[in-house]
Amino acid sequence: MSVEVRLPTVLRSHAGGQTAVSANGTTIGEVLADLAKTYPGMAGQVLTDDGNLHRFVNVYVNDDDVRYLDQLDTKVVDGDTVSILPAVAGG
Amino acid sequence: MLKLPTEVYTQILGHCLSGLPEEACGLLAGDRDGHVSVCFPTKNIAASAKLYTVDPREHLQAEREAEKLGLEIIGVFHSHTHTDAYPSPTDVEQASTPLSNPLWHYVLVSLRDTHPTLRSYRIVDRQIEEESVVVEPHLGR
Repeated sequence: MSVEVRLPTVLRSHAGGQTAVSANGTTIGEVLADLAKTYPGMAGQVLTDDGNLHRFVNVYVNDDDVRYLDQLDTKVVDGDTVSILPAVAGG
Repeated sequence: MLKLPTEVYTQILGHCLSGLPEEACGLLAGDRDGHVSVCFPTKNIAASAKLYTVDPREHLQAEREAEKLGLEIIGVFHSHTHTDAYPSPTDVEQASTPLSNPLWHYVLVSLRDTHPTLRSYRIVDRQIEEESVVVEPHLGR
């Protein structure tokens, strides 16, 4: 499955300035792993060393936050758009 | 420097006041010169007087809307209900994650006193630097 991954500003420099790139996988976890393989500079920025989603990152499939779906096991199909954004919070 | 059209300035203050007694938050779209054109008030899903979290779904919508307008999200605003308009340690922590954009403007609104106070900061490498805020009519879209 090939999906479009829309990148947050700070990750674009690792992909030659592109705002969106293609990645493969059948789940969000696979897509993010493929992304890190193609663009090693992104490794560790989205997933923790033990393979979980960093708490400061939001990942979406189309309109939905994967934390409210099946997290990294969320399925994707050809043509889906995956978006990565920083979680915005404070006190 | 952060440049706010009058209507955005009043929208920020209005959203912060209407969020009481909890903190309120939202995103700011504009250009890299710090000229804000559009304000996206968002839900504070932390629903707290001491913390805020921008609704992730509304954040995605704001990103898309900004892109359609040829703009970028260039900052975030939130209120402090009982303290100064100055970034808290939590604010600095959250502005210093690997995906935090060092170009962002962090707008703080204090609702502690009778009149709200709005200030803006850059937070880079955990260093807080205040910037001037210019409120001008007719800057918006």
